[in-house]
Amino acid sequence: MTSIAAPAIRRTSFNTGWQWVLPPLFFLSVLFFYPLALIVRESLLGHGRSLSLSHYDAVFTSGLFQDALLHTIVIALAASAGCLVLGFVLALVLSFVAFPGARLLARLIDTFIALPTFLVALSFTFIYGSAGILNISLMHLLHVRLPPVDFLYSAWGVILAEVTVYTPFVLRPLLASFSLIEPAQIEIANSLGAGPWRIIRQVILPAAIPALLAGGSLCLLLTTNEFGIVLFISAKGVITLPLLVYDQAVQEFDYTTACVIAAANIGLSLTLYSLYRMIITRFGGFRAGLV
Amino acid sequence: MAPGAVIDDVRSAVRAGSSWSSPKLGSGIGFEDVTVSYGKLVVLASLSLTIEPGEIMALIGPSGSAKTTALRAVAGFVRPASGRIRIGERDVTDLPPHARDIGMVVQNYALFPHMRVEDNVAFGLRARREAKEAVKQRVAECLRMVGMSAYTQRYPRELSGGQQQRVAIARALAVRPRVLLLDEPLSALDAQIRHSMLQELARLHEAMPSLTVLYVTHDQTEALTLADRIAIMRDGRLVASGPSQALYREPPTRFAAEFLGRANLLPVTLEAADAGDGLARVRLGEISLLVKARPGLSVGRDCLLCIRPHGIAMRPGGRPSNELTGVVRAMQWQGDLHSVTLETQGVLIRMICAPLRDPPSLGVRFPIHFAAEDATLIPEDA
Ligand SMILES: Nc1ncnc2c1ncn2[C@@H]1O[C@H](COP(=O)(O)OP(=O)(O)OP(=O)(O)O)[C@@H](O)[C@H]1O
Ligand SMILES: [Mg+2]
Repeated sequence: MTSIAAPAIRRTSFNTGWQWVLPPLFFLSVLFFYPLALIVRESLLGHGRSLSLSHYDAVFTSGLFQDALLHTIVIALAASAGCLVLGFVLALVLSFVAFPGARLLARLIDTFIALPTFLVALSFTFIYGSAGILNISLMHLLHVRLPPVDFLYSAWGVILAEVTVYTPFVLRPLLASFSLIEPAQIEIANSLGAGPWRIIRQVILPAAIPALLAGGSLCLLLTTNEFGIVLFISAKGVITLPLLVYDQAVQEFDYTTACVIAAANIGLSLTLYSLYRMIITRFGGFRAGLV
Repeated sequence: MAPGAVIDDVRSAVRAGSSWSSPKLGSGIGFEDVTVSYGKLVVLASLSLTIEPGEIMALIGPSGSAKTTALRAVAGFVRPASGRIRIGERDVTDLPPHARDIGMVVQNYALFPHMRVEDNVAFGLRARREAKEAVKQRVAECLRMVGMSAYTQRYPRELSGGQQQRVAIARALAVRPRVLLLDEPLSALDAQIRHSMLQELARLHEAMPSLTVLYVTHDQTEALTLADRIAIMRDGRLVASGPSQALYREPPTRFAAEFLGRANLLPVTLEAADAGDGLARVRLGEISLLVKARPGLSVGRDCLLCIRPHGIAMRPGGRPSNELTGVVRAMQWQGDLHSVTLETQGVLIRMICAPLRDPPSLGVRFPIHFAAEDATLIPEDA
């Protein structure tokens, strides 16, 4: 009896679930996996007939690629660190320093997420560029002929722009986790003799760690793949992996090399993404829509 | 851990020359005309109240009556718009919270969730940069006091509510505060735990007789059990204060009578302000009663006669005694007591007595008694 009944039940429950996988899987395949596979195939085949890692070897040993990889990693790390610091400070101020308009300001900072990233780079040229507001004013003020502030067209410019754009990704989860800290905890810490610094270190920071890890790894992922800002600022010698892919494909018409670099870029991104998912899962309760 | 064991620990800790009786302790608290307002809204209106060194003062009152506000003013988390606050000899009005030498315990414990029990208790000591060895000793001592020595390595989320509150108390006491501020410390606990915690708090104070305690609660039982004196707040004002028993026996106002315990409040007219022996004579409907005299009331004035339900009995006791005849209107058996509601002279009176073997049935008429000294007059106020 039981041996007949069991598979029957299993088949019905299988049928309903199974069909619903198809549409998303179809779109994923057409729009995502197939092109991805093409890239990987191109990177392995090139003009040759058989699969080989020779292109990888050539690209990975080239100075151009190594430079770009280094730039990508350094800029992503620096920008993410900047986002973490700025986001933490902003979240502290917005959450724990009572001032009118704190909520509005938080919303305003949030809207940065909605803007295309290169717009920030554009606005930066107006502010910090050689003909920007800052330099013109300083030239008038100091009576000099050359723009005194000249960091925009360098890795610093890229980092600054990325910090501006991606800080909200840290700020949002931080504000959410700060709102869960009981005010009484801070008051009691204060009444026990702890100053602001100790309270931040021992009471607030531990509560913020999941948010910092999640926000930070998300920033790392996004800054690794940032394209618009790097292209727009186009600082001399600052070439990252996404930009190198673009260069090779669009300017050099070397699709094989572009695909090899793209594959490396994808590998890096997926690694970072798994890191991000791991952190999110590790701090389970945190997953619910905070990031 | 049995409460008795805790108290023995406390005693031995005190005997062993530990610092419970350090000279820092034994500071009273003084509110001098303290007013707190949020914007234009006056929340606490010119509170003047002195809490003697070593005293437990309960601050009670309905929700929103500014009990917490008063406590937070002592802690330094709200700044009075006017008035001064004193702890011991020091005027602390302008001092930040961390310079006030206070211990604070709140309703939801507010333990630091990322710290183990021992680190929670050590927090204040470390903030004061005490030596490592001293911190360790003190933490052990405080956890022993509250019966939590076995839990030093736990995180707060791994403790029950009652255990968390013990840790919160240990954390507050660890820094040897001048005063201990408790804001509804037992409200989050269920009735049974609350009762045993109440006893333990009383024992803790017995072992630290010089610790001044401000205990905010809306629970009259907690206040009556624990406090030497009680202050009753209403709408941001102090409406009554005094030694717990006196306040219970002779409530100055109707509000105090009703808020502190249950009371029968009967409308009477004063017939004789001084009937000898410190008694007065009043009229309730058609009958005349002997009650405790209250100075300042004039003959012919309408008053309320306050008699606690326990003060009414089926047999005369105490002299002089009054007798009324009542008709039973309701009857409730509550396990260890009987609550009987009777109608007499057009008013309802509630009587609480030991369980009756054969309780009277509804509608039965029988005599009840109360001693003159158990009946207090309250001027009929607004
Ligand atoms: N930050 C604040 N801003 C404005 N009004 C406040 C603030 N804090 C408290 N109040 C008001 O002050 C009054 C007294 O509040 P408080 O918390 O002292 O009452 P409470 O007696 O402790 O009440 P409960 O028993 O409910 O704890 C309330 O009417 C409350 O609305
Ligand atoms: Mg309160």
